[in-house]
Amino acid sequence: MTTRSPWRPVALLAGLVLLTAACGGGTTRSDVAAQQSSAPATAASASANPNAPLKQGLKIAFLPKQVNNPYFTIADEGGITAAKEFGGEGKEVGPSDASASSQVSYINTLIQQRQDAIVIAANDPNAVVPALKQAMAAGVKVVSFDSDTAPDGRHVFVNQAGAEDLGRTQVQLLAEQLGHKGKIAVLSATPNATNQNTWIEFMKDELSKPEYKDMELVKVAYGNDDDQKSFTETQGLLRSYPDLAGIISPTTVGIAAAARYLSESPSKGKVKLTGLGTPNQLRKFVKDGTIEAFELWNPADLGYLASYAAAALASGQITGAEGEKFKAGKLGEYTVGANGEVLLGKPTVFNKDNIDDFDF
Amino acid sequence: MTATATAAETVRGRGGRRLVDRVARVRELGIVVALAALFGVTGAVNLSFLSYASLRDILLNSAIIALLAVGQTLVVITRNVDLSVSSVVGLAAFGGALVLADNPGVPIPVVIAGCVLLGAVCGAVNGLLVGVAKVPALVATLGTLYAFRGIDYAWAGGRQVNAADMPEGFLALGTSSVLGVPLLALVALVVLLVVGWMLRNLRSGRELYAIGSNPEAAVLAGIRVRRRIVAAFVANGALAGLAGVMWAARFGTVDATVATGKELDVIAAVVVGGVAIFGGSGTVYGAALGALLLSSITSALAVLRVDALAQTAINGALLIAAIVLDRVLALRVAAALRRRSREAPPPVPGPERGKAAASTATEPASRGEAE
Repeated sequence: MTTRSPWRPVALLAGLVLLTAACGGGTTRSDVAAQQSSAPATAASASANPNAPLKQGLKIAFLPKQVNNPYFTIADEGGITAAKEFGGEGKEVGPSDASASSQVSYINTLIQQRQDAIVIAANDPNAVVPALKQAMAAGVKVVSFDSDTAPDGRHVFVNQAGAEDLGRTQVQLLAEQLGHKGKIAVLSATPNATNQNTWIEFMKDELSKPEYKDMELVKVAYGNDDDQKSFTETQGLLRSYPDLAGIISPTTVGIAAAARYLSESPSKGKVKLTGLGTPNQLRKFVKDGTIEAFELWNPADLGYLASYAAAALASGQITGAEGEKFKAGKLGEYTVGANGEVLLGKPTVFNKDNIDDFDF
Repeated sequence: MTATATAAETVRGRGGRRLVDRVARVRELGIVVALAALFGVTGAVNLSFLSYASLRDILLNSAIIALLAVGQTLVVITRNVDLSVSSVVGLAAFGGALVLADNPGVPIPVVIAGCVLLGAVCGAVNGLLVGVAKVPALVATLGTLYAFRGIDYAWAGGRQVNAADMPEGFLALGTSSVLGVPLLALVALVVLLVVGWMLRNLRSGRELYAIGSNPEAAVLAGIRVRRRIVAAFVANGALAGLAGVMWAARFGTVDATVATGKELDVIAAVVVGGVAIFGGSGTVYGAALGALLLSSITSALAVLRVDALAQTAINGALLIAAIVLDRVLALRVAAALRRRSREAPPPVPGPERGKAAASTATEPASRGEAE
């Protein structure tokens, strides 16, 4: 009995969720009900009307990995700004911890609230898919951004920059600073961070080209996106590889911690640091010479584009099939690529000459 | 410092007392030995681990957690726990950083005092919940862990304060050294020595041990339990506030998630340092050594190129080892007490655990006499 009782509330909850999902589908307006059949499996065959006007009053919810993460605050503000431009209503909701399970409960709530679209940065590519499928079945359009879900969990993925571009350009940035010579290390986020691991694979591939024959990747360290741990790992890298020439940190927390440590150590300026960070965060370190150059896409533009993609989906301009085109306000026209991907563009490189032009 | 203090201890003649003394000595000696082994092994593999720069980094790494562990010890000794420290650190760090970023004219000492005060207020909330409203500490501080962090989130609203926003003089506090010792480590050391002295020599300090050893007996002995518990929480909160400023000065990048999850590191340091989680025994020196040990382990694992995934597991295994050691020692003390009570009756009423804790509580006092 005691072992069985926990299943009761779970079963009850599952029943409730199914019920609400069913109700959502059954009671929505007829046009939404019609779109229901255009859920992923049939998405490609559903017809898109590229000339359909953007609907007014669209309700778009932004579900970041976690609220209170400055990066997502900027991205979601960009999206909410876009929603205002096309006469919609944007809002940011989300968990305060970056876990997939808490995102699922937010998705369920959003389905009940009959949002027109959910724009999500997934904490786990697979764990949120069942909930998102329910959302799509209920007529909610799903756009993933920043971190993708499995393709059958969303209509469109707005990619901040090609993983390949990001991985390769970071190596190129560092190689220029080092004169293509020396030992380098990577200071990443968590060992299972999807984005970082993909980028690191492309970094390794880039490094295998002949022009990098004098460069060697000696270690990938993980700072777990924690200040203290990133600090300690940077120290560890400098101790265990005294002849280290450069560090790439493809995570905003990692690069800030590494910069803070290097700026006060004798290795300042000798050990080159580059990676992904925001201009506000790294302004001091670029000006004091700890960092020569680093790169990032503009997160506000990312949210802006995701917002327009969501509106285009909800208005029937696109369905998520390859080759469809839509307009994204000030950013111009975008085309949906393979697997429903929309690419924001190349990352911006920041250095002491241009860093003051950016405020995010 | 603890090594010399314990070495100075004289072994008592009577069996039970001698065992208690020996056990107490083993507890803190254990950490010192572990530290020595860690530095020896890591230094043998990579000599640069023992370099001045490396030792300085390790001191700096452990300063904040050590400070928090000292505060936590005050609370744990009274048979309570404060899980909310990480949120208080976050709140103070963000508050201090925000004030400095938006009003660069505010003198730094005022900001530091303000953060300490903010921490003390948070501590007072905990203290009133636990000491006056009699909510179990685990539940009360779990609640405030979320409540304080929630206030932090609402206040920050996703904002981040960056190094460029804060005055240079403030950031220098996080990196400067006095006579080659990092300033933050010196702050932690001074707090450690002051709190250690107070716990050993002041009546209020001794009463904290008495409360943790046997709360009912403490009431009967006329100790103002409520006031002491509130004071312990307030002191811990104030230290967490100070740790928050130190955090902001050291890392330079502050958002609302600062120090999330660090409460467990702090409690781990306290427990590894030989402070009994059921109260009544342990010293702040042990807790500070525990913090030093834990951050040295992290640094050593980084230098030894240990696989990242294994590091957390190793930390956890060490924590379990420390708790098992704590339990085994407590049982041995209980057995020794039973033996002593057979020799000279009037037995102490109450459960065995209480007896064990009560007797270990006398340990720092006896050390005081020994010196």
